[in-house]
Amino acid sequence: MSNNIDVFGIHTQALSLRARRAEVLATNLANADTPGYQARDLDFAAVLAGEGEQGAMRVTDSRHLGGADADFNYALRYRDPLQASLDQNTVDVQAERAAFTDNAMRYQASLTFLNGRIRGLLSALRGE
Amino acid sequence: MSLFNIFNISGSALNAQTLRLNTTASNMANANSASSSSGKTYRAREPVFEPMLSDALDPNGAADAGVKVMGIVESQAPLRHEYQPGSPLADADGYVYLPNVNVVEEMANMISASRSYQTNVEVMEASKRMLQQTLALGQ
Repeated sequence: MSNNIDVFGIHTQALSLRARRAEVLATNLANADTPGYQARDLDFAAVLAGEGEQGAMRVTDSRHLGGADADFNYALRYRDPLQASLDQNTVDVQAERAAFTDNAMRYQASLTFLNGRIRGLLSALRGE
Repeated sequence: MSLFNIFNISGSALNAQTLRLNTTASNMANANSASSSSGKTYRAREPVFEPMLSDALDPNGAADAGVKVMGIVESQAPLRHEYQPGSPLADADGYVYLPNVNVVEEMANMISASRSYQTNVEVMEASKRMLQQTLALGQ
């Protein structure tokens, strides 16, 4: 083990970002019938890679504390509608549901990786 | 934790869709309530939704959270004016006023509202599962 802070790798950040994205998608679905509502999303890869952040805090010194949440500066983007609706609502319920399910599956994937890591560490600690 | 917020967001949508179903039920129930004057006649009602703004949700900028009912508007469509001389509500010329409820429109509205309700319940279910799995992490 290299250091004890980075045990879980990227998955802690990925989980909190996935949870945030689930919230944004749930907001879109809740407003599926709201006139004039513009659907939003966040670009997961861009935010995780740090491209989407504007002046976010970074760990530049070994003495800095890196919070799982503090590293992100979520820039929400408006979705480009496939077909504009008369009341200016840009929520496509099917697309949002697909995105929500996809997001939930990837959240589970991260959880599975974390569970495996924890199990591996525990068995190493116990020496069984 | 933002997953808990989903319950508020989808809950507000359930509320709004229930109100929409309520107005539809009210419109359908009153579709044939005759009246003797245009002022007393029932008019079809419809809720208008609005995004619920919450600055607390996103520290970096206002993100909408949930939906709320801005108000209920009455339809401006013309009332039906029917010749029913036998009705006790008929005016001097034998006409009664009937509500401007379009039953076909109301049925379509009802199906749309119940589908939206269903979608939001499923979103809550999925978030509940995600939370439960997170709580069971490392067990």
